Amino acid sequence: MIVRRLILWLDDRLAWAPFIQHALRKAFPDHWSFMLGEVAAYCYMVLLFTGIWLGFAFDPSGTQTVYHGPYAPLDGKQMSTAYASTLAISLEMRGGLLIRQMHHWAANVFLAAIVIHAMRIFFTGAFRKPREINWIIGVTLLLLAMFAGFTGYSLPDDMLSGTGLRIAVSILYSIPFVGDWLESIIIGGQWPQSQFTGRLFFVHVFLMQGLIIGAIGAHMAILWHQKHTQFKGPGRTAHNVVGSPLWPNYAFKSFALNAAVAGVLAALGTFVEINPIWQYGYYDPQHVASPAQPDWYVGWLDGALRLGPNWNVVLWGHTIPPVFWPGIMLPAIYFTIVYAWPFIERLLRRDDARHELLDAPHDVPWRTAAGVAMLSFAAVLEIAGGDDVFAYWLQIPVESLLWSLRMCLWIVPLLSGLITYWICNELRARRIERGPETVPGTSVVLVRNDRGGYDIS
Amino acid sequence: MSRPEWIVSLALTGCAAGSIEFAVMFSLGAPLRVFCAGIVFALLCLTVALAAWANSVIPEEEVREERSSYPGPGGARAEIAEAFGGPRDPLTRHVTLRRLLILAGGALGVALLFPLRSFGRSPFPYRARTSWRDGLRLVREDGTPVRADGVPYGSILTVFPEGHVDDSLAQALLIRPLPTTLVCYSKVCTHAGCPVALYRREAYELLCPCHQSAFAVLDGCAPVSGPAARPLPALPISVHSDGFVVATGDFNGPVGPDSWVRPV
Repeated sequence: MIVRRLILWLDDRLAWAPFIQHALRKAFPDHWSFMLGEVAAYCYMVLLFTGIWLGFAFDPSGTQTVYHGPYAPLDGKQMSTAYASTLAISLEMRGGLLIRQMHHWAANVFLAAIVIHAMRIFFTGAFRKPREINWIIGVTLLLLAMFAGFTGYSLPDDMLSGTGLRIAVSILYSIPFVGDWLESIIIGGQWPQSQFTGRLFFVHVFLMQGLIIGAIGAHMAILWHQKHTQFKGPGRTAHNVVGSPLWPNYAFKSFALNAAVAGVLAALGTFVEINPIWQYGYYDPQHVASPAQPDWYVGWLDGALRLGPNWNVVLWGHTIPPVFWPGIMLPAIYFTIVYAWPFIERLLRRDDARHELLDAPHDVPWRTAAGVAMLSFAAVLEIAGGDDVFAYWLQIPVESLLWSLRMCLWIVPLLSGLITYWICNELRARRIERGPETVPGTSVVLVRNDRGGYDIS
Repeated sequence: MSRPEWIVSLALTGCAAGSIEFAVMFSLGAPLRVFCAGIVFALLCLTVALAAWANSVIPEEEVREERSSYPGPGGARAEIAEAFGGPRDPLTRHVTLRRLLILAGGALGVALLFPLRSFGRSPFPYRARTSWRDGLRLVREDGTPVRADGVPYGSILTVFPEGHVDDSLAQALLIRPLPTTLVCYSKVCTHAGCPVALYRREAYELLCPCHQSAFAVLDGCAPVSGPAARPLPALPISVHSDGFVVATGDFNGPVGPDSWVRPV
């Protein structure tokens, strides 16, 4: 068979047969939640393929041009080449709209998969020693992906993403001491600068993808080397890994997942419209779309800006503007906690041991409660990101909603954390109660054994 | 073939058929959803085929692996301890040289950052002025000058200095909140820079659509709700004898969001 001949041919030159032999029999524990990271990875594969196609088709220049194309409402209007190029891809290139929409959907699903995967890692305690490095790489991947997504959807220079970019620049130059210099260097002067779309293109296509590919590579290499964690169960100890072999069982399941992810993204790209930039119009600093929301993974940041206090801090004749606190300090503190969590937990539990078996979420009530609190804090911010839309649906003044959300920001995480803590403790208590069980009506006592059955005590 | 094998065969055939449909319809220039349906069908068939093959055709198998022990073997650690921080480590032995190395390396690293300076103009001196000057007429986006009686009660109008319609920092709102009052304020929100495009006529408030900062027009556009902390700067205007509205100076404060170097 071709594959066999190829591997043996390569072995003659690389001496890698022992590695392949070991790899074929590598154990992959079977649990559906272990596939979440793969979903993210396959989304990224789709992003790469569609992104390369788009990279060739897109012209990122900020130079003004006059549009003459099939979209009549914009015919004869002056716009940036980047925007005109995106119109051409969407409305004139065959298959262009499919690939653009698949790319945008894949980005949104990619971020969702990363977040859910990170939640699985957190709630099962998989970040504990020796996996702190991969936790740090993983959180970095989350931030890189957010930034890649933001720079990506800002490339078309449309009204909605241009507004978001303007806000991001305002946050950037709110940083004390260096903010204005950062704006000058990154944008090329004060907003708006026409050469910025070209720079954004380089950042998104080359810089970010180089970093992401490197980080994913390191993430998987460490996972391969340390072997996957597993849940407690019959035959599973802290010194072994039990599961399906890489070949053929796990490989086929993984390829199936690959096809499924690609299929779902193709379906979304085909049947569900996303980011119809021709409806938004080209970016223009004196106009704005209303309501204006960023993509979902930046929604929490926009929500923070809306809920942020109107503090104008003046120090030694210099200003720290109100966007600094929700735009820079809040994410900095939040992600510092997220990054440092394995070390926080080690400190609080005085636990320096190596862990290879996973916890059930209710096994460690305070960790699960803290995680739920952090997530609900982000969820309130996310809802706040759409407060104008919600105020309209609920037919209440947006100021009332603003104050309610400001209160929810502190009450909801506290409450949800406490409720989660209580639920976890209840679940633990019930499981311990189910220790030795007496068969009703007799004096026979049964004890659960480690093969999943019962022995007579 | 067994039933699962039939399912796999059928699904793989479906995948091939979908791919061919995609290729043919694409070449014929069919509408997007017609050929895309083919690729979606192909991928979903492939999923079914591989999943069925993995779960029902390939016999289930369980393997066990032993985990390696951490840390690595002891002899290696001893040698590493000698190489870094031990007496034979040149960085440990020559303290002064090490410190000078750190100094030199630090200086080189910082120096290499300086070419970044060429990416943009210095933020100093801060460009505090827009193109508004005393005597410039207020014009609409299309360049037509604005007459005082052309602004109805309860309406707002986006205006620019005559001849400078491209200066986005100069964008302003001409407002007639009361029948006898005509005022002009900067349209750039002092929170994060979005154009403050919404006007609540009954409340005499300008509302920014981005983060819902509200500014009280009758109170010098002071922020009354939301995250903005500074009022919108006002543009002094007067009505010329021929009925056109003119500016009598630049804005009375910095335009847009504040920063470290922008004047207080």
